[in-house]
Amino acid sequence: MQISGAQMVIEALIAEEVDTIFGYPGGAIMNVYDEIYKQNSFKHILTRHEQAAVHAAEGYSKASGKVGVAMITSGPGFTNAVTGLADAYMDSVPLVVISGQVPMSLIGTDAFQEIDAVGISRSCTKHNYLVTDAADLPRVLKEAFYIARTGRPGPVHVDIPKDVTAQIAKFDYSKEVDIETYKPTTKGNTRQIKKAVDAIKNAKRPLFYLGGGIINSNASEEVRKLVKNTGIPAVETFMARGTLKYDDPLLISMLGMHGSYAANMAMSETDLVIGLGARFDDRVTGKLSEFAKGAKIIHVDIDPASISKLVNADFPIVGDIKHVVKSMLDIAKTTIDKERYTPWLDTIANFNKLHPLSFKEDSEDLKPQWVIKRVGETLGDNANISTDVGQHQMWTAQFYPFSRPRQFISSGGLGTMGFGFPAAVGVKAADPKRISVNFTGDGSILMNIQELMTAVEQKLPVINIILNNNYLGMVRQWQTLFYNKRHSETDLSMQPDFVKLAEAFGGVGYRVSTKEEFDAALKDAIEKNVVAFIDVKVHRLENVMPMVPSGGSLFNMMLEYKEK
Amino acid sequence: MEAAERRVISVIVINEASVLSRITDLFSGRGYNITSLTVAPIPESRYSRLTIVTSGSVRVIEQITKQLHKLIPVLKVIEHADLVEKEMALVKFPITENLADISALCSAYNGNIVNVSEEVIITMVADEPKRVDYFLSAIKRFHPKEIVRSGAVALER
Repeated sequence: MQISGAQMVIEALIAEEVDTIFGYPGGAIMNVYDEIYKQNSFKHILTRHEQAAVHAAEGYSKASGKVGVAMITSGPGFTNAVTGLADAYMDSVPLVVISGQVPMSLIGTDAFQEIDAVGISRSCTKHNYLVTDAADLPRVLKEAFYIARTGRPGPVHVDIPKDVTAQIAKFDYSKEVDIETYKPTTKGNTRQIKKAVDAIKNAKRPLFYLGGGIINSNASEEVRKLVKNTGIPAVETFMARGTLKYDDPLLISMLGMHGSYAANMAMSETDLVIGLGARFDDRVTGKLSEFAKGAKIIHVDIDPASISKLVNADFPIVGDIKHVVKSMLDIAKTTIDKERYTPWLDTIANFNKLHPLSFKEDSEDLKPQWVIKRVGETLGDNANISTDVGQHQMWTAQFYPFSRPRQFISSGGLGTMGFGFPAAVGVKAADPKRISVNFTGDGSILMNIQELMTAVEQKLPVINIILNNNYLGMVRQWQTLFYNKRHSETDLSMQPDFVKLAEAFGGVGYRVSTKEEFDAALKDAIEKNVVAFIDVKVHRLENVMPMVPSGGSLFNMMLEYKEK
Repeated sequence: MEAAERRVISVIVINEASVLSRITDLFSGRGYNITSLTVAPIPESRYSRLTIVTSGSVRVIEQITKQLHKLIPVLKVIEHADLVEKEMALVKFPITENLADISALCSAYNGNIVNVSEEVIITMVADEPKRVDYFLSAIKRFHPKEIVRSGAVALER
């Protein structure tokens, strides 16, 4: 079939069974938007900023497990989207981002809205393409989806000059993808897996270290089974929250900089780390030379470059977590003697008792942690939770009772303020039956506030809970602790009226400062089922505790800090 | 700190637009060092071969090879242990220098005079990088006007 490049984009999206895309039109991508206008196969959600289009596609992808798609124009459209690409790259989110480019004849002339898009996206995508001939488009688009979703997932950028979208060529999407230079390993080495299982059987104080790769490969069910069958305790990374149910008796909570005391102590005292899809991020390990010092390390990851990058693995296994964990379950059929872990589990229980994750309600003000716990009690599994970046994000990871994978959607690797709201819109589009809640801060929310319009227009109700302390809280916390309270440029006392702002865009706003007011506002927002801002005045000086100071050892946690 | 070692890595890539910048961006973006880089298409194939001379600790070199391999157009990454390695240098001398001595020196380093004009002569040597270093220090007294060195190329023995 002979069709235009623009039509090919549409046909490819249909063939990939894409039901929703996010985007923002402009000059160089207009041919494609003209075809979007003519079709009824998928929905286009017009965001109000290209960065938000990519974050929404990320939210959509993280909630659904499908490849997220964003469509943008050249030049400023593309550069606006770069933060989203970088965010998706860091968190291994499968995306296909299609951008318009100036016509081939103008490339390199500093034309209107021209920028070397593939040059810019090279360092923040898994792969990228500049398509110079419409005849290449079917292959490129097919490869783009394939590369995005296979191996270690990630964003793929396809840049298409305007004349290529107008060019007529043959469209054949039936060919199988065959990239001779790209063959990700999915099955782990059997002998290596067997060795790892033997190591598990011989360990006295083994510990599962669960990472975001488990969620990416939809392996939570297998991992839950493995944890249960072995009786070995587990810690989760920030990215892995929800892998185990919050009340799983073997789950010790999150580890790392703001992990629990018990999780970090367990990691410091274990004799065998069983790392599954975790990359030993510096926010997790603290001081590397002190991390899990006396322990052997099993490291399972689909990305060979992640293994032994920071911490040397004694049992490196390259493969898809789902495959590897299944094989581990098969090999470990002869049940592991759970009795042998009793002293180890007692030790951990003791750590938990000594310093549980907690907060003190010692002031008249609402505590942000209380708000998060309250939402957890009220909505629990019925809500998908996204966050922005900062103190509220860490409190959410600490205190929300996550029941399932893909329930917690947050920007981990890049730490992108402004991620939460557009991501929550994408989450709502992917999973309309569940309530979409975005925990945000008074700093973060202003970074993509224009998405109020998108959410209202598309009737994608997101409940934004602004934990408002009139501070850029996390930076202020660091200034307090490490810069002798020189609060340089972190006082956000000057702020808009969030209630009026929500109303101005056609949403609903609430301002609350007591528990009763909060309960009433949350109830009302849920019942009304509209885009809402709940501006919660919280205690201004609350800090995220416990904390491993940057570069410190996991076992040297700062447990409490009361700021006056 | 682990000791940094000089290593030669060959990379076979699909010969397509911007593949070279993918490689060099990887090095600059991740803070790896490139001492020299040589690229040319492999005859009668759709591939190119890059020879990269780099240095780093064992861990860094391992990361370099793994990260290179992650790039989609990369077919093969060869970390050489036992190799034949050659580099080329072209040197321009004033015609007034002692041509017989220069010629003799060149032939000792697998080279010769490749061009003579009214004002200058140009010589070429092709040898192991270390030996090219020796050659370049030996010819200093003949007042070389211009020196150009290629990157290394290497093949496993």
